[in-house]
Amino acid sequence: MNDFTYHAPTSMDEALGALRGAEGGKVIAGGQSLLPIMKLNLAMPSDLVSLAGVPGLADIADGGDSVTVGAMCTHAQVAASAIVQGRIPALAAMADGIGDAQVRNAGTIGGSVAHNDPAADYPAACVALGATIVTDRREISADDFFRGMFMTPLEEDEVITAVRFPVPARAAYAKFANPASKYAIAGVMVADGPAGMRVAVTGASGDGVFRVAAMEAALGDSFSGDAVAGISVSTDGMLSDTAAGAEYRAHLVTVMARRAVEACG
Amino acid sequence: MPTVTMTVNGMERSGTVEGRTLLVEFLREHLGLTGTHVGCDTSQCGACVVHVNGTSVKSCTCLAVQADGADVTTIEGLANGADLHPMQEAFREHHGLQCGFCTPGMVLSAVDLANQNSDPSEHEVREWLEGNLCRCTGYHNIVKAVQAGAQAMGGGS
Repeated sequence: MNDFTYHAPTSMDEALGALRGAEGGKVIAGGQSLLPIMKLNLAMPSDLVSLAGVPGLADIADGGDSVTVGAMCTHAQVAASAIVQGRIPALAAMADGIGDAQVRNAGTIGGSVAHNDPAADYPAACVALGATIVTDRREISADDFFRGMFMTPLEEDEVITAVRFPVPARAAYAKFANPASKYAIAGVMVADGPAGMRVAVTGASGDGVFRVAAMEAALGDSFSGDAVAGISVSTDGMLSDTAAGAEYRAHLVTVMARRAVEACG
Repeated sequence: MPTVTMTVNGMERSGTVEGRTLLVEFLREHLGLTGTHVGCDTSQCGACVVHVNGTSVKSCTCLAVQADGADVTTIEGLANGADLHPMQEAFREHHGLQCGFCTPGMVLSAVDLANQNSDPSEHEVREWLEGNLCRCTGYHNIVKAVQAGAQAMGGGS
């Protein structure tokens, strides 16, 4: 890993100042995505700006028709939150299935969303639930946020502060996980909520999270596992690696979608 | 270069590190606490698990500067003098180790579980140990040891 200058600001203004003053600065939250890629020299920031000392970023708030999760909330916090468990149990269960216990103790929702790994779980939850990504300067719809593998509209000096999830009538997540990493080989979040009927897939496509319009339409007509069981997705653009080939991944999308629908009860 | 200060096994320890110095490097190379092991260095194997502010994390995927000001517990900090920690004693009693390389991480991970659940089922233990790999594949006795250790701890360390 190349060396860098580390900043530990105690306010958002200070954090933004450090980012602006850096040649190639990056925000570090829990570091569970960033540090592994820095070890591989896939990221070589000149400066790392930690958000750990910036107050107010690790709260979970029930806003009635939505739940707002602070960007620095760990996956373990989201999984154990009485608010999330009560209002959006599918989100708590999804967070409980990320990585392993130690990764969940350190990794954060803000870091996962900003990284936009094509096999991460949160992008599927954000898109299916119609979430809003809140930054230090604006709000971005999840529909506009996830722009392909590791790509987001975040500016170089922009910091995610929270993610706001509308509360759905029903939702569930089903994942076929890589047995070593627990990253999704195919993960499907199904949600029937304020954003409409949504089926969002992660892990399968090289472009990252995507929706399956045919499944959404079928579920609008009849909300049952059978409604999606016969709908297949194209293998075009599907990832193919040692864990699973493109055809198998496409097959898994349908199976996970059916399981998610059935888990909605 | 940054200076970090943290409480390690109850004692305040300081050192001058690079930004990129990992917590596990600080513990092993600066403080000489070599009980914490490095297996894979890719946050998969869990040999490097320590507690930071009471919860288990992988110290190969944490910068020393991120732990500045934190309370850190390593395997060296569990025993009370010659008296093994109940989880260590359970690993000894149930032969929860073969070569022993993964054991420090296993024990620290298990203590974190036991702090939350004093009577974990076999399934809960196996799920929790997802991030701790034993290349001897000695899981059977490890699981027995964790269950016994959790009960011996009585829900608190």
